Amino acid sequence: MKRSKEGLAGYLFAAPWLIGMSVFLLYPLASSIYYSFCDYSVLKPPVWVGMENYRELFQDEVFWKAAGNTAMYAVMALPIGMATAMGLAMLLNSKVRGMTVYRTIFFLPSLVPMVSLAVLWLWLLNGEHGIVNELLKHGGIKGPNWLGDPAWSKPALMLTGIWGVGNSMLIYLASLQDVPTSLLEAAQLDGANAWQKTRNVTIPMISPVILFNLVMGIIGTLQVFAVPYVMFPGGSPARSTYFYAMYLFDNAFRYNKMGYASAMGWIMFLVILTLTFISLRLSDKHVHYGGS
Amino acid sequence: MSALAKDIDLESSPEPAFQSHAKQNRVRVALIHLTLILLSIVFAFPFLWLVTTALKPIDQTMAVPPVWIPREFQWENFGKAITYNADKLGYIPFLLYARNTLVLCIMTVAGSVASNALVAYSFARLRWKGRDFLFAVTLATMMVPFPVLMVPTFALFRELDWIGTFRPLWVPAWFGSAFSIFLLRQFFRTIPFELSEAAKIDGASEWRIFRDVVLPLSKPALAVVALFSFIGTWNDFLGPLIYLLDQKTFTLSLGLQFYQSQHGGTPWNLLMAASTIVILPVIILFFFTQRLFIQGIAITGLK
Repeated sequence: MKRSKEGLAGYLFAAPWLIGMSVFLLYPLASSIYYSFCDYSVLKPPVWVGMENYRELFQDEVFWKAAGNTAMYAVMALPIGMATAMGLAMLLNSKVRGMTVYRTIFFLPSLVPMVSLAVLWLWLLNGEHGIVNELLKHGGIKGPNWLGDPAWSKPALMLTGIWGVGNSMLIYLASLQDVPTSLLEAAQLDGANAWQKTRNVTIPMISPVILFNLVMGIIGTLQVFAVPYVMFPGGSPARSTYFYAMYLFDNAFRYNKMGYASAMGWIMFLVILTLTFISLRLSDKHVHYGGS
Repeated sequence: MSALAKDIDLESSPEPAFQSHAKQNRVRVALIHLTLILLSIVFAFPFLWLVTTALKPIDQTMAVPPVWIPREFQWENFGKAITYNADKLGYIPFLLYARNTLVLCIMTVAGSVASNALVAYSFARLRWKGRDFLFAVTLATMMVPFPVLMVPTFALFRELDWIGTFRPLWVPAWFGSAFSIFLLRQFFRTIPFELSEAAKIDGASEWRIFRDVVLPLSKPALAVVALFSFIGTWNDFLGPLIYLLDQKTFTLSLGLQFYQSQHGGTPWNLLMAASTIVILPVIILFFFTQRLFIQGIAITGLK
């Protein structure tokens, strides 16, 4: 009797989410599979076309260009971003005075709204009057045309990403502070140097968080949208910053090819699932979960 | 001399080996400070450039060599940025956008605190059939990328005739979000269950326990959810880009993008002033809630 009352209360309290998850997540997820097999413009009811969207996608040059750009960007930006975040966290964790001040400075950029961030970096990296190239000139380096050269547009975007690593830096820092000092002291007594301590104690201890940041990083990077959308209109120069989510958005809301866009969405989801699965499998041997 | 005395002796007058160790340590600390200071300059520099550009007259923005600090601060740039081209057709009503953004933020903050608290309470402290399975599903939904949902959600809101209104941007917040549910659930589970048991013996209903026992003890966690939801809405770009059609309904982020694409390139001082206006509230909010913020993000990384 008491138990069933609690059960009823449980469903009632959870009701908003049970409705919300069904209406705003599971239903759209399911219907986007259906749409992906349809010719659908939103204005008219969807018409079943089978595998047509997928077939067309695989022959669509722009699709491959956008997918390639996204993959290339992820391969460049993810490791550098993760290394920067972890490096900063380790520096902050070195128990020197003023840590909170440094922490605030490194963290603040990640609060900057994406559109403002894009506008700010447009100005910093401006080809003619940008301060970054001006500073490089002082160092005797001729700065590249960050925004206009297809070879430099992705690195430009990466810079904005590195500037905003504060969030994952804080996650690393929190986990570093949880590494028991007794373990590090024991390693020290055994004659381990700083590198050995990091390599053999710290990194294994925080490996679950590294994995977490990796998976979140994959999910986030593959969806990159707002910053390039504002910084590089239409994926300029030469479509070098035309990313997957931008092409998906254009298909859905500019060309009204909703079915085509849904197929792209599902391919993205499957890629994310596969990469996550691979990360989890590869990390099986390397990730150390303390306690239970 | 006893062993103990020897130890004490060692402590009071360290041997040379000890001294060099301490010296080595001081060098290490100095090097770390140096690195941190250099990196701080690099990370803070874009902010400095943002603010000084915003305070310069237009001819100084592009001066060579660069003007680091303008001789006279042009505070009126902020006023100009807000009312730029106010007399012309391309007028960007920034104050209206700020109001729109604030309204949306209030609606999403209220909705997400209310709904996520209820749902998290259920997942954390009530036993019901299917709970653990649904919680696992909830966590798994965090992996679903937004672009997959974009088309069907748009179709759904179109069916409801909500396109061009604020509703697609705030109504979903009243139905919970996986991340906030997870965050609050972790917190609710740390509140001793004995408190609930005691209240139950006194005849309190689940609602009363939720409202009078658990919620009052969870203010920091609720504040974190409110904070993240505020920032998420304030920063959102893709949502407003999809759902808002009429210029009068734009948010600050969308308005700034619009401003940039219309006037981009030339009035960098005004553009930076406008960006500063969009960034500043978030930064101020951060300084008032720093501790909560950092704790909140630290929780994110927990399994």
